[in-house]
Amino acid sequence: METPLSALDLVLTGDPALFAIVRLSLLVSLSAVAIAALIGIPLGALIALTRFHGREAVIVLLNALMGLPPVVAGLVIFLLLSRSGPLGALGWLFTPQAMIIAQVLLVTPIIAALTRQTIEDLWIEYRDELTAMNIGPLGRVLTLIRDARFSLVTILLAGFGRAAAEVGAIIIVGGNIDGFTRTMTTAIALETSKGDLPLAIGLGGILIAIVVIVNALAWAVRRTGEAIAG
Amino acid sequence: MYSTRHFLLTLAGFIALAPLSLSSAPALAQDKSIVVASTTSTQDSGLFGHILPLFKQKTGIDVKVVAQGTGQALDTARRGDADVVFVHAKSAEQKFLNEGFGVKRYPVMYNDFVLIGPKSDPAGIKGGKDIVKALTTIKEKAAPFISRGDRSGTHVAELNLWKVAGIDIAKEKESKQLGPWYRDIGQGMGAALNTASASNAYVLSDRGTWLSFKNRGDLGIVVEGDKRLFNQYGVMLVNPAKHATVKKDLGQQFIDWLISPEGQKAIADYKINGEQLFYPNAGDPNA
Repeated sequence: METPLSALDLVLTGDPALFAIVRLSLLVSLSAVAIAALIGIPLGALIALTRFHGREAVIVLLNALMGLPPVVAGLVIFLLLSRSGPLGALGWLFTPQAMIIAQVLLVTPIIAALTRQTIEDLWIEYRDELTAMNIGPLGRVLTLIRDARFSLVTILLAGFGRAAAEVGAIIIVGGNIDGFTRTMTTAIALETSKGDLPLAIGLGGILIAIVVIVNALAWAVRRTGEAIAG
Repeated sequence: MYSTRHFLLTLAGFIALAPLSLSSAPALAQDKSIVVASTTSTQDSGLFGHILPLFKQKTGIDVKVVAQGTGQALDTARRGDADVVFVHAKSAEQKFLNEGFGVKRYPVMYNDFVLIGPKSDPAGIKGGKDIVKALTTIKEKAAPFISRGDRSGTHVAELNLWKVAGIDIAKEKESKQLGPWYRDIGQGMGAALNTASASNAYVLSDRGTWLSFKNRGDLGIVVEGDKRLFNQYGVMLVNPAKHATVKKDLGQQFIDWLISPEGQKAIADYKINGEQLFYPNAGDPNA
């Protein structure tokens, strides 16, 4: 019978399979957050600073999509990427690329919705100043994003938390293939189903530790940034 | 104060971590690989972990196993998302072939199903050899029973055994005559065993998954050795005529190896605590 310590043992002995799993988990979730940030931050800022017909409906929808169930996101991407689906020719089903896409779908609404709220609050604060300074729309967006940069780090972390924690989407589109698409969360699901609960909980501990480390790094980056920016 | 550079640095620090290893990710390095849709029993029992490294060593081909219930695995293949299917429900496999999705079915190996139950044995069936009698008793006494409920090979086998016992589960469910003793969880073999262990219920399992299962609690084998508990595995190449993307040469190479003396020996050699989990029988034309 394995014990939770046997998971620690895997760390201490530098088990290559475990490191491959950890690496893939980070690769998938961080890539997803990076892509989602490139889409979500400009999108959120744009919605915050423009007025158009149906804007409030868009905001409600975006906020609602923060609660998109991972299995639904997984299913949508699965149907798109299946050989019988519209993007089947890519051959991406059961690959890390598919897992990244599914997580982008989950994380983008979180980043966009929170960015929209943050930028809009700042805009209310700075509107008179920016209007008086006669700064154009693009300048306004850049100024506000710049000023919100530390809040944006927290927003990115919220997105990363969502990506790192979910199993529903990546197990559908990745297939939990040993050595290829197995991540921390899908490995935990598998070990649980094999009845190896101590190993599963040990892996869970490692996952939590990794998430803490990523958050600590982001905090350090933020602190350093604040110190430099004064 | 408004330093774009610092903001970009903050953002970049986060983003830079991500694509770091993308170029070296296994995804892009592997082209000599096939996708095999198979069952949870072959994966959860550890069989693939034992035989696939041997196959890779010999041929250099990576076999990516997507472990699902038999019904789902066949559906994955029908959509063209796998090159080979390796499952255990002969009737469903025949249907797959008849629809033109498979090229040819090869028998590979067998093991058997066992009826698992709690030590307290509320139905009083422990030690029996007659699975049909045991199931009838479970229903009569309304003892808790966990069903996979996921169209897997084990689920199909379970429903067939109930039918032999004169009990049509699907029909009774429809007419709401089925009591709460029958619990249909819609999950894999391991999850079903976990549930049975937690709720002191009976459950039908393939022997391989049972032997490698680690959270047994009070569970043990209550009925085994009935001929009707036979569990045959078969392998098929997905028809390239239906899906041109099927890697037919690599896939056929895997099938040929499984049924070769070498592959058959690798299967027979897989043991847990000295107990053999699967018995090769590729030479049996009726299997």
